[in-house]
Amino acid sequence: MSFVYEKIMGGKKGLTGFIILATLILIIFPLFLDAFRLNLVGKYLTYAFVAVSLVLLWGYGGILSLGQGIFFGLGGYAMAMFLKLEASSPENTTIQSTPGIPDFMDWNQLTELPWFWEPFTSFTFTILAVLIVPAAFAYIIGSAMFKRRVGGVYFAIITQVIAVILTVLIVGQQGVTGGINGITDLRTLHGWDITSDSAKNIFYFINCGLLLTVILASRFILTSKFGRILLAIRDKEDRVRFSGYDVANFKIFIFCFAAMISAIGGAMFTLQVGFMSPSFVGIVPSIEMVIFAAVGGRMSLIGAVYGTLLINYGKSAFSESFPEMWLFLIGGLFIAVVMLFPNGLAGLWNDYGHHITNKFVFISKAFSKLVPQSLLKKVEDAR
Amino acid sequence: MNMHTNTDFTLSIEDLTVSFDGFKAVDNLNFYLDKNELHVIIGPNGAGKTTVLDLICGKTKATSGSIKFLNSELTGLSEHAIVRAGVGRKFQTPSIYENLTVLENLEVSYPHGRGVLGSLLFKRNKKVLDKIHEIAKEIMLEQALDTEAGLLSHGQKQWLEIGMLLIQDPQLLMLDEPVAGMSVKEREQTAKLLNKISQGRSVLVIEHDMEFVARIAHKVTVLHQGKILATGDMEKVQNDPKVIEVYLGH
Repeated sequence: MSFVYEKIMGGKKGLTGFIILATLILIIFPLFLDAFRLNLVGKYLTYAFVAVSLVLLWGYGGILSLGQGIFFGLGGYAMAMFLKLEASSPENTTIQSTPGIPDFMDWNQLTELPWFWEPFTSFTFTILAVLIVPAAFAYIIGSAMFKRRVGGVYFAIITQVIAVILTVLIVGQQGVTGGINGITDLRTLHGWDITSDSAKNIFYFINCGLLLTVILASRFILTSKFGRILLAIRDKEDRVRFSGYDVANFKIFIFCFAAMISAIGGAMFTLQVGFMSPSFVGIVPSIEMVIFAAVGGRMSLIGAVYGTLLINYGKSAFSESFPEMWLFLIGGLFIAVVMLFPNGLAGLWNDYGHHITNKFVFISKAFSKLVPQSLLKKVEDAR
Repeated sequence: MNMHTNTDFTLSIEDLTVSFDGFKAVDNLNFYLDKNELHVIIGPNGAGKTTVLDLICGKTKATSGSIKFLNSELTGLSEHAIVRAGVGRKFQTPSIYENLTVLENLEVSYPHGRGVLGSLLFKRNKKVLDKIHEIAKEIMLEQALDTEAGLLSHGQKQWLEIGMLLIQDPQLLMLDEPVAGMSVKEREQTAKLLNKISQGRSVLVIEHDMEFVARIAHKVTVLHQGKILATGDMEKVQNDPKVIEVYLGH
């Protein structure tokens, strides 16, 4: 019991934050938001997976990945491929020149399903692919970079480059990827209509459950000795090496884990929103995710979720009225947060949260002191 | 003295050379360290003292020559493999994890759970805590276990780094200017500490403070332009005319 309490919940403080977040997304949102808004929050919460992964990677490990969209996209595309195959049954696609393959393949004069699409007819394979393909890809990138001790800005730039390459590849190979439009018209999962309100509701709760599980798993990692080594690597990488650790292995592990988390978010995005496109793979979404984590607090798993929700709420609220201003606003916000509140919302709460509670205590104490004295005075004056 | 390849020396460095763009920072160095010996390397700035430590601990790769630690070759091993073989290194500026507490600094240095999986499953049990307390007592930081390391005084940071090495129980301890920036009292305490921890292991120290050197050294080597100028006990080295000319005379 104490193991679960200390290691996974993160003690009293961690548990309180976790319960507040769980209450908010599991009870308050579903109670007070209509189906459309709730689905929107569900979409935002899929980005929160990436923001949480960046807390591990960037906040604790000091490894800034500006290409987490790669893994979000890989997870999302894997799920989209499965759903697209189901939507492209021969019965549904009789008007095509080759029935039984996805519509965009038919438009691009493909006459049979490419080999790497074949296994995505299996849901089990798809789930495994969502988890393993991004992790394996992260392992390859991570080994190539970290074993050679590429880090810092260089690593960030390389992840950006890979995000661009992947986007270009997806857009360019539209016959097998759906190109710039992405994979659209996803309707059913094992015959179950995923566009219905009830399905969206269920996905919302699955999404929340997965997100909370991911937060707990991440917390387990951060409270273990691994978490302290991660901080130590961020602080003084050389010292860690000279304490007998193979630093590259630690970085590769956390990079793969972060990739896996991001991919789960991507898969849930596809399920809830009903499509996947290259616009969630490239540089812009990848950097936006970093901003979510920064605003929420890059050292706080739970803060990252609030950061994501807040920025996305702001984005939909502002971009409705000032669509051109939004990018400037978010850019300015990012600079402001990094310069003024390096620990984001979570940092503000840690710094000033207790001031607020303390103030209440102080005022009530002062009040309780004031009242009897003034009363006493009055009593004396009366005498 | 026996000078064959296989020896009972803790450390034997033979024909060690490293050149940076043609500049030989260490030039054909031969150096031997006995078991339980506390050896101090002195020399003017740029003599190659720190480079020698860098070569031993794998931070810098040798151009040629051999470094044998307990008769196994260290050149070519990666840094963490050298540490695991039993070589500990303290850097010139205190190299500790400022964001972690003293206890966590020592825990991270504790020589178990060094793999990814091992560190995830590592348990801070009584054995670990006992060891941490024992070391903390030795480095005079027992009262500061829960203090964030960044808040320690300069001298305490130096001690903490020594403690982080001690907890690994290395056979060879290398200290680069351990009393730099310390007060007189701290120097005294450090000298005592070094004399105590050098029991049962070999210690290699780089130091400028001659008074401190005289207090701790069993043997002294003077390095100059990547070569050994003189070696022997303190008295012999201090009276060596070559040493006086290039180093002590200044």
